Amino acid sequence: MKRHLISAADLTKDDALLILDTAEELARVSERSVKKLPTLRGRTVVNLFFEDSTRTRISFEAAAKRLSADVINFSAKGSSVSKGESLKDTALTLEAMGADAVVIRHRASGAPHRLASWVRGSVLNAGDGTHEHPTQALLDAFTMRRRLGGLDGRRVAIVGDVLHSRVARSNVLLLNTLGAEVTLVAPPTLLPVSVETWPCAVSYDLDAVLPKSDAVMMLRVQRERMNAAYFPSAREYSRRYGLDAHRLARMPEDAVVMHPGPMNRGMEIAAEVADSARSTVVEQVANGVTIRMAVLYLLLGGATFEGGTR
Amino acid sequence: MADAVPHAHDRARDRDPSAAPDGARGGRDRSHSPSASSGPSSQAPSQPRAVLEGPDINRALIRIAHEILERTKGAEDVVLLGIPTRGVQLAARLARHIEQFEGARVPHGSLDVTMYRDDLRLRPARALGATRLPPDGIDDRIVVLVDDVLYSGRTVRAALDALNDLGRPRAVQLAALVDRGHRELPIRADYVGKNLPTAKSETVKVYLDEVDDRDAVVLIKKERP
Amino acid sequence: MSGEYLIKGARVLGGEPADILLRDGVIAAVGPDAAAPGAQVVDADGLIALPGLVDLHTHLREPGREDAETVESGTAAAALGGFTAVHAMANTSPVADTAGVVEQVWRLGREAGHCDVQPVGAVTTGLGGTHLAELGAMADSAARVRVFSDDGRCVSDAVLMRRALEYVKAFDGVIAQHAQEPRLTEGAQMNEGDVSGRLGLTGWPAVAEEAIIARDCLLAAHVGSRLHVCHVSTAGSVEILRWAKSKGWNVTAEVTPHHLLLTDELVEHSPVGAYNPIYKVNPPLRTREDVEALRAALADGTIDCVATDHAPHPAEDKETEWDAAAMGMIGLETALSVVQRAMVDTGLLDWAGVADRMSVRPAAIGRLAGHGRPVKPGEVANITLYDPSVNRLVEPSGFASRSRNTPYIGMALPGRVVATFLRGRPTVLEGKLQ
Repeated sequence: MKRHLISAADLTKDDALLILDTAEELARVSERSVKKLPTLRGRTVVNLFFEDSTRTRISFEAAAKRLSADVINFSAKGSSVSKGESLKDTALTLEAMGADAVVIRHRASGAPHRLASWVRGSVLNAGDGTHEHPTQALLDAFTMRRRLGGLDGRRVAIVGDVLHSRVARSNVLLLNTLGAEVTLVAPPTLLPVSVETWPCAVSYDLDAVLPKSDAVMMLRVQRERMNAAYFPSAREYSRRYGLDAHRLARMPEDAVVMHPGPMNRGMEIAAEVADSARSTVVEQVANGVTIRMAVLYLLLGGATFEGGTR
Repeated sequence: MADAVPHAHDRARDRDPSAAPDGARGGRDRSHSPSASSGPSSQAPSQPRAVLEGPDINRALIRIAHEILERTKGAEDVVLLGIPTRGVQLAARLARHIEQFEGARVPHGSLDVTMYRDDLRLRPARALGATRLPPDGIDDRIVVLVDDVLYSGRTVRAALDALNDLGRPRAVQLAALVDRGHRELPIRADYVGKNLPTAKSETVKVYLDEVDDRDAVVLIKKERP
Repeated sequence: MSGEYLIKGARVLGGEPADILLRDGVIAAVGPDAAAPGAQVVDADGLIALPGLVDLHTHLREPGREDAETVESGTAAAALGGFTAVHAMANTSPVADTAGVVEQVWRLGREAGHCDVQPVGAVTTGLGGTHLAELGAMADSAARVRVFSDDGRCVSDAVLMRRALEYVKAFDGVIAQHAQEPRLTEGAQMNEGDVSGRLGLTGWPAVAEEAIIARDCLLAAHVGSRLHVCHVSTAGSVEILRWAKSKGWNVTAEVTPHHLLLTDELVEHSPVGAYNPIYKVNPPLRTREDVEALRAALADGTIDCVATDHAPHPAEDKETEWDAAAMGMIGLETALSVVQRAMVDTGLLDWAGVADRMSVRPAAIGRLAGHGRPVKPGEVANITLYDPSVNRLVEPSGFASRSRNTPYIGMALPGRVVATFLRGRPTVLEGKLQ
C-alpha cells in the first residue's frame, strides 16, 4: 500500500481486498466486550476536520482509539483554523506535534494532496471538496460484499448529484477496481462533462436501470441546486430520480439500497425505503468504524514509510 | 543438545519461525547438534533437510493428544486454539485424535495474534489471520494454544495478551509440534512433538498436508554472510 | 548622454552576423560601416539581435500590492527578459482609472529606468463593469494611454462594451478584452474537461471565452473600431479570430508563453505534486489540442503577438489549497526562452517571426513610437541580444521579480538574454542588471 490514502485510485485490487479482508477480521473485535487492540499504541492520529462532520470524525476517532492510538481533534470551529490560519501553518503545527497520521476533511478538492507535501506522516482523506472520499467507498464496498456475497460482476447503480459528489467518484473508481459494473444515473446537468471517460456506464433513466441492479446507491441531492438551474424543482427531481416504494418494488428481490448519509428523506429517498430491510444505511455506519480501523492498521501498524511506498 | 558455537546473526529475521526459507547456498555445515539426525547425512549442508516426515508428525500428534487427555483428566473443559497459519490445522488434528480415543468432542478454533505482536514495526503491516473461537468461548476453560514451531516465545506472549482481551480462561497451556530452542521470554511448552536444537541462522519450516500437500518438518541452514 | 556601444557579430533577426553601432540613443550603423574606436565592445558572437521586446500585458502591482511586485522590481525583471517596454495593467489598488493613477505609474517607470512603462487604463471605473472610466483624460495625460482594459475582469455588459469600443475611436485607442463570460465561470478553478471532472474542481469552459470573443468581434466590426483580445487560450477562439480577420475586421490578439507550452494535465500530475496552485491561472491551462492550435495561430499571424500576462503573487497566496490560491504566473524573465522552446525549436517560427510577434506587432497595437522598429541605421537603439544555445535550469531565487510563482520551476529551458539596450543605454549586460 502507498503511504497515503487520498484517492480510491491509490488502491490496487490487492490493496482493496486486503483492506476488506482485514476489516472482516476486525469486525469481530467490535463484537467483543473488550473492543480494543494494542496495535497502534504510541502512534498519534490527528483528526483535522475543516468541515463540520461529527459522524465521520467520531467514526475515525473510534477506529483510532480501538487500536489504542492517541487521538487529537482539530475542528474548524473555534480553533486557529477558523481564525484564518493557513492550511500550511496548521500542517507545520501537526508536524511539530509528531502526528503519525492526519485524517483530513476539507471543503477544497486537493487539500489532502497539498497537506501531504508538508507533513511526514500518512494522510488519510476523509472527504475533500467534490473530489473523493475513499474510506466511504471502502465501507460501501465492504457492505455490498457482505450483503451480496461478493463484488465481482455485480451491477451497482449510483444515483444523484454525481457532479458534486466525492462519494460517487471514489465509488466508481473502487468498484471498477474490484470488478463490479457501475452505472451512473442522473439528469444531464448533474453529470460532469467528461463522464464518458469514466470507467462506468451512464443513464438518464432510473426506471430502466433499477430492475438490473444488485445494489442502488442513492446520493444526497441538495434542494438548493434548483436555484442554480440544475433541475427545476425538488418535486420534479424526486419524481424522476427519487427512490420511492414503487421503484423499490421493481428492484430484484435481493438487491440492496445504500446511502452514504446524511439523507434528504423525501428528496432522493423515501422514508419508508430508507427504513426498509433492504436498506443498508445503519450497517454502513458500523462498517465505517471497522473499515477505518483496517485502513489505520495497514497504514500505521507496520514499519513506517520511507518517503513514498514501501 | 545445545548448539555449542555462538553466531552473530540478524535477530529480527530470526524472530519469525515461519519466514520463507532462504535458497540453498554452498557453505560449511554449521550445525553441531547430534540429535538433528533425521534424513540422509550425505545431503549437502545447505540443502533443506527433513527432520520429521509424513508419519512421524502424526505419531507426535497422537502422543500429544494422549498427553493432553492425561494431564487434563479427559480433556473436559479443554479448548484447542491454533495460532495461524499451521497451528490451526494442528489443533484440528489434535481435536480429531482426541475424539477418536475418548469419544470426547473438544472444541477447537483459531487465535490470530498479529495485532498483539511486539515486532510489528519491523515490517510492513501484514494481513490478519482468522480468529474463530468456539461458540462457548474460553471463560473458565483450559485453553491449549497450538503452534507449529516454538522459538523465541514472543508469538505465545502475544497470544496470551490476545486471550486476555477475549476472556478469562481457567488455565492456558501450550502445545508445539517443534521446539527449536532460543527462548527470549520465560515461556515453555507443556506438550512438545519434537525437541530440535537449532542454530539461529537456521530456519525451521513446517509443511502440513492440508495446506502444502505433504507432511514434513524441514531444517534449512543458512550460509554465514 | 549614452555612450557608444559596438555590438560585434550579432545575428540580426537570426540572419548573418553583423556589427551594430549604437550612438546617442540611435543605431548609427549596421554591418561593415559599424566601426568606432572609442566604443565599448559587446561581443555578440552566436547571439541573436532582436528589436527590444514589447509586452502588451504585464501586472506591476504598484500601487497597492507592493508585497508582490513594484514598478522597480517588475521593470527590472522585464529588462532581464529582454523587454524595453511593458504595458502595465490597470487592476492595481487604487485602480488605474484616472489620469492621476496612470501618470503615477508612468513616472515610477521613468524613475526606475529599466524599461519604458506604458500604463493601461481601466475601461470602467473601479473595474466595476458598469460605468465608463475617464478614458479621454487618461489618453490626454502624460501617460498617453492608448490601450484600455479591465483585465482581471471581463467587460461583459454588451452595451458597455459597445460604448467603450466606439468611444476610444476618438483618440485611436483600443479596448483589450479579458474574454470570460462571468455567469458561465462562477467559482471556476481550472479548464473544464477530463481532468477537472476527475479532480472535482469547478470547470472554466472554453465556450465562456469563445462566446465573448465572437460577440466582441461582431461589435467591433459593427461600430468600426479596433479590438484586442487578451490571452487567447482555446482552439475555438483561434477559429473565431481567423474568421473575423478573414472579414477584414480590425481585431488583434495575444497569447501567453505558458499557453503555448503547458496543459491542464499538470494539475493532476506534475513534478511538484497534484493540485499545486503554481499552475492556477486565468484563463486556465487547457488541453494539448488547444496548445497546438495556439502555436499554429501564432505562426500564421492569426494571433498577432506574445504577451506575458506576468502576474506576481506572494508565496502565501500560492501555498494553499487550490480553491484559495490566487490565479497567475510570473513570466517576464522566461518569456523568450519559452517562445524559443515552443515555436523556434519546433520549427514553427524563425527569429524574424519572433521579432515580429514579440516586438513589432505589440508596439503597433499599443501605438508605441520608438519600439518595435527595424534594426537599421537611424532607428531608436532598442535592442535585445539573446543566446539561444544554452540550457538553463529555472531557479526562481535568481529572479529580479519579487514573486516566485513560476510554473517552470525546476524545468530546463533554452536560451538566455545576454544584453538589453534601451535607447542606446544598456539596462542588462552579460545577463546582469545594470
